[in-house]
Amino acid sequence: MPNIQTQGTEEVHPDVLLVNQARQGDVQAFEKLVKQYDRQVFRIAQHITQNREDAEDVVQDAFLKAYEKLDQFQGNSKFYTWLVRIAVNESLMRLRKRRTGKMVSIDEDVETDEGSMPRDLADWGPDPEMQYGQSELAEILRKTIQGLPPGFRTVFVLRDVEGLSTEETAETLGLSVPAVKSRLLRARLQLRERLSRYFRKNKRDGAK
Amino acid sequence: MTCTEFIAQLDDLLEDRVSVKLRADLEEHLRGCEHCVITMNTTRKTIEIYRSHELYELPDSLRERLQKAILAKCKKC
Repeated sequence: MPNIQTQGTEEVHPDVLLVNQARQGDVQAFEKLVKQYDRQVFRIAQHITQNREDAEDVVQDAFLKAYEKLDQFQGNSKFYTWLVRIAVNESLMRLRKRRTGKMVSIDEDVETDEGSMPRDLADWGPDPEMQYGQSELAEILRKTIQGLPPGFRTVFVLRDVEGLSTEETAETLGLSVPAVKSRLLRARLQLRERLSRYFRKNKRDGAK
Repeated sequence: MTCTEFIAQLDDLLEDRVSVKLRADLEEHLRGCEHCVITMNTTRKTIEIYRSHELYELPDSLRERLQKAILAKCKKC
């Protein structure tokens, strides 16, 4: 989104203007923010909770919380990353509820060596996804990312799917930059490893 | 450079955030290690595939319903 140049030298993100208007009770200004970011919030919530109903609830609750807490928005971070932080917390809360007894935390150290070194070293073809139809491919991708621990999944989604920077991801999740980097590398390598089962060269030919 | 050392730098290499000197060392390793070439290429492809496929679309009807619910609650705040 382009920044708006003000009369001075400072640039103000258009969201900041909308936030300021919403703070003064302009619900239409807030509606623009909802329309701008509801798809992303839904996607993030669905990735974390892996549950459609929970994701719908997260969208509603995250925006409502943001609206109620607009006064607490400092403006030194982007509105979007502030909103994502709320949405991630809401999503993790719901995931915990569904997995009572199981630890679900973004900062838990996931004790696994998986993904630290590649094991499946088969090469993929140039367009491995072309081996599958669209819906079959989507199912493979969903199933594969669902298998990651929540902490890895969340970092991968924010960094690689939603395009937040490492620093923004760290701020959003309350993690250090090295912790984000470490989780991202392992998430990427685990996904790669798991996708190799489907995308290795001549996978389909061999099965015939 | 070992494969473990190469993998530790993989993210920075994929995101083009390595110094000229480190890049030269990494490329030197790649010239002699097919496994790391495959790992790098398939990891890059993994990211591309997830970036380019929308796995959880919000249908328009649901989107509209959620927007209405959110704004109705905001108005009551």
